[in-house]
Amino acid sequence: MNVRLAWRKSLNVFMLSLTGLCALLTVSALFFILGYLVWNGGKDLSWSFFTHLPAPVGEEGGGMANAIVGSLKLLLLAALFGVPIGLLGGVYLAEFGGRTVPFLVRYTADLMNGVPSIVMGIFAYALVVMPMHHFSTLAGGIALGIMVIPTVLRNTESFLRDVPPSLREGSFALGANKWRMVATVVLPAASRGILTGVLLALARVAGETAPLLFTAFGNRYWSPGWMQPTSSLPVVIYTYATGPYEDWHRQAWAAGLVLLGLVLITNILVRAFLTRGTAYERT
Amino acid sequence: MASTPNAATPSEFTVTPRSLLRRWSGADEIAHLITLIAAATLLLITALLVYQLWVHSAEARAKFGWSFFVTKTWDPVAGDFGALPFIYGTLVTSAVALLIAVPLGVGAAIFLAELATPKLSSSLTFVSDLLAAVPSVIYGLLGVFLLVPLMRTTIQPALKKTLGFLPLFQGPSYGIGFLTAGIVLAIMIVPFVLSVSREVLLAVPRDQREAALALGATKWESTWKVVVPAARIGIFGSVFLALARALGETMAVTMVIGNNPKIAASLFTPGYSIAAVLANEFSEATGNLYLSALIELGLVLFLLTFVLNGLARLLILITTARGSGVLPT
Repeated sequence: MNVRLAWRKSLNVFMLSLTGLCALLTVSALFFILGYLVWNGGKDLSWSFFTHLPAPVGEEGGGMANAIVGSLKLLLLAALFGVPIGLLGGVYLAEFGGRTVPFLVRYTADLMNGVPSIVMGIFAYALVVMPMHHFSTLAGGIALGIMVIPTVLRNTESFLRDVPPSLREGSFALGANKWRMVATVVLPAASRGILTGVLLALARVAGETAPLLFTAFGNRYWSPGWMQPTSSLPVVIYTYATGPYEDWHRQAWAAGLVLLGLVLITNILVRAFLTRGTAYERT
Repeated sequence: MASTPNAATPSEFTVTPRSLLRRWSGADEIAHLITLIAAATLLLITALLVYQLWVHSAEARAKFGWSFFVTKTWDPVAGDFGALPFIYGTLVTSAVALLIAVPLGVGAAIFLAELATPKLSSSLTFVSDLLAAVPSVIYGLLGVFLLVPLMRTTIQPALKKTLGFLPLFQGPSYGIGFLTAGIVLAIMIVPFVLSVSREVLLAVPRDQREAALALGATKWESTWKVVVPAARIGIFGSVFLALARALGETMAVTMVIGNNPKIAASLFTPGYSIAAVLANEFSEATGNLYLSALIELGLVLFLLTFVLNGLARLLILITTARGSGVLPT
């Protein structure tokens, strides 16, 4: 009997430490990735990286100013297109919805969230690029915007639901009608969480490459206006990393560091901002 | 605002603050309508997405029919398109990824849900969430310059030496290939397995654990024989969710899989996946048939992930909604 007990106890210790090892491995991956990028990309980051256009193919030097601006333009379009729809849709689900429509919308949003980003690229290609017969910033922005909608919608809904009912009842008691209650009481109360959701959604699409490959395409020069193909950070990283030049590889590391830094900093700041000093307990 | 003439109101209707208020109560309906339209836009976009994929793949569907899925040749010059190598590559890389990621993710989830203090658990979950936010092209970058050389010089020769009798681990070591893509995918999907599994494990009521411990079970026995079985449907859900991610993952796979439409038993062979062929060939596709064959591949990918995600959500919903502690039958 004692042997059996000893076996069970050692199995207990062994398996539990194994789960600890799993957790350690998973978590250390992030620090490894970050460290490796800083190590490889840090030394090639310079001022000209942010201010110069790419050098002609085969020549050394140059920067990615056009890709950075292109990414910002794409994000702006994505926000303009995706955030209002997601936000208002979320308000509908939380405040106005009945039973069947919200269920359908919620389920569809979750499913759309899992649709591969490259399929969104095909969709934007068929929707915008095919009728216009050329690649454009607009097409890329729409592809990213569609990806923003489900996240913003679900986030907005869940944060609105967290607003205590007493606030709603209070404003009703003061004689407000529903839209007033929503616009002046509930939305401001949930604004911090909603903003968080929007920023996280934008940070996610900021790193998307696949939907831009055949919508925004790429451009080695500045892209004037919204109807020309444009460069963007993720696509440049992909092109440079798979390209044949040593100098391109170095620049890909530097651009990777910039992109990862932006995404991680946004995530950390936004999540810290969310958890600190919320007005009410989240359950 | 009160002085603005309103064309819709009859002229004898005097605008007083009181009547203005009464008119505004109709604003509830307007707000309802506007938000409903926004919510319906999402449904509309989804329907439009399916419609576009269906219509634009019509030519390929008409020409190849079901044989599209069992044909091995992919020859854009001859206009001969078969999806089998890509479907094979997608499934093989995803299977490799799941084999690595599921034990790792579930193990880590057990640690976070059962052993770690709440503070440690939430900070580790935070790190795992950050890991999920790392863009896929970054994984690709590390894959190309770090993992591929490592596979070529160290891991693949070592595997050949120890497990080389299996057809899975034979052939020359290129570095790129199914195995490399699967490993990169595994690292990418672990956070998804972890966060969902942790949540469903935490949803198992406390008295289940306490009852097992009171019967003399060790911590591991209570976890493995009571808590995990109670949460197993939700864990399956997390696996499906991760599988859907792996199937559709594009950039990291494209950069390390080798881009070679071949079917081979060895995991060392350079291959191709659905998402990777879309990323590589879509913008260069010449001719309508070529493009429509690619769009049909997109449709396949869409349907696969749509169904898997639907299934996953359902399973997770079942476990977390079960609530007060009855073991699943």
